[in-house]
Amino acid sequence: MAVRLPLWEVFVRSRRGLDHKHVGSLHAADPEQAMQAARDTYTRRQEGCSIWLVKSEDIHASQPEDDGAFFDPAEDKVYRHPTFYDVPEDLKL
Amino acid sequence: MNDSHFRYVLRLGDDALILGQRLSQWCGHSPFLEEDIALANTALDHVGRARMLLTRAGELEGVGRDEDALAYFRDERDYTNCLIAELPVGDFAFTMVRQFLCDVFHHELYGALMRSTDEQLAGIAQKSVKESAYHVKRSSEWVKRLGDGTEESHQRAQDALEEVWAFANELFEVDDTIADAIEIGVAADLAPIEARWQERVGETLRTATLATPEQAWPQTGGRQGLHTEHMGRLLAEMQSVQRAYPGNQW
Repeated sequence: MAVRLPLWEVFVRSRRGLDHKHVGSLHAADPEQAMQAARDTYTRRQEGCSIWLVKSEDIHASQPEDDGAFFDPAEDKVYRHPTFYDVPEDLKL
Repeated sequence: MNDSHFRYVLRLGDDALILGQRLSQWCGHSPFLEEDIALANTALDHVGRARMLLTRAGELEGVGRDEDALAYFRDERDYTNCLIAELPVGDFAFTMVRQFLCDVFHHELYGALMRSTDEQLAGIAQKSVKESAYHVKRSSEWVKRLGDGTEESHQRAQDALEEVWAFANELFEVDDTIADAIEIGVAADLAPIEARWQERVGETLRTATLATPEQAWPQTGGRQGLHTEHMGRLLAEMQSVQRAYPGNQW
């Protein structure tokens, strides 16, 4: 392809009531073409009942080099899980 | 058994088979990956339709020919597809313009065939009309993109339209077989379908900034088994495995 078409991220909802999940990406000129390509590429085996598209350039992603600062500090904070706490026996729920 | 009933369903099956075979030639050769998958999907929709229709035709004929016998063991003169289906793929513009004209026709036709007195045919139509609705969406979108695109894409789309236009007429031809099949309620009346087709095709061509060609000398003959020079080669390729290894299964 001489002219590179923009990249799109595809999200498919597999069943009603479930979330849309990221399934892959594709190239297309605009939303209509992207939607048809998504339908043909990612739902041809009955994978879904709804499609979302996002232009890849509109996604802001965390950077791998920030992983340490971003995610490691949560490692030893088990008290942030509700299961860390014992529920008092006389607590009325 | 009503012979026209059989021959009508056979024609529908042949149209689907041959157009599906043509489209499948793009597999691995489309301009980009997403389009490759989409074209192959469309080809398979047509082949799937052909399987159902040829199976039904075989039942109606009642001499024990199944879908494979009809698809792979007939000779050129016995195929009754319309000529537009067998024309070579040409460039991408030709493929899409031809597809668009056929898709709109099939969408209207199968919409009407849902009311066929042949319940199996009505069932096949019900499935096909949804596929065709999507095919129209896709091919009309491409016709607009190509027509209203660059100078080159416009020219190629216009050339394709000029080339294929004379073959569109055959889709709406009524001969004794169709007249009979309409009479018994199996076939759909083609007059309203043609009117809707003209309207829908005209609208898309206008949006695509393409000029509707002058009516050329209409090309016809497919329904009588009189094909273009391209048909023999298509069949040679399509039938080669079954001819070399008759009855071979996957």
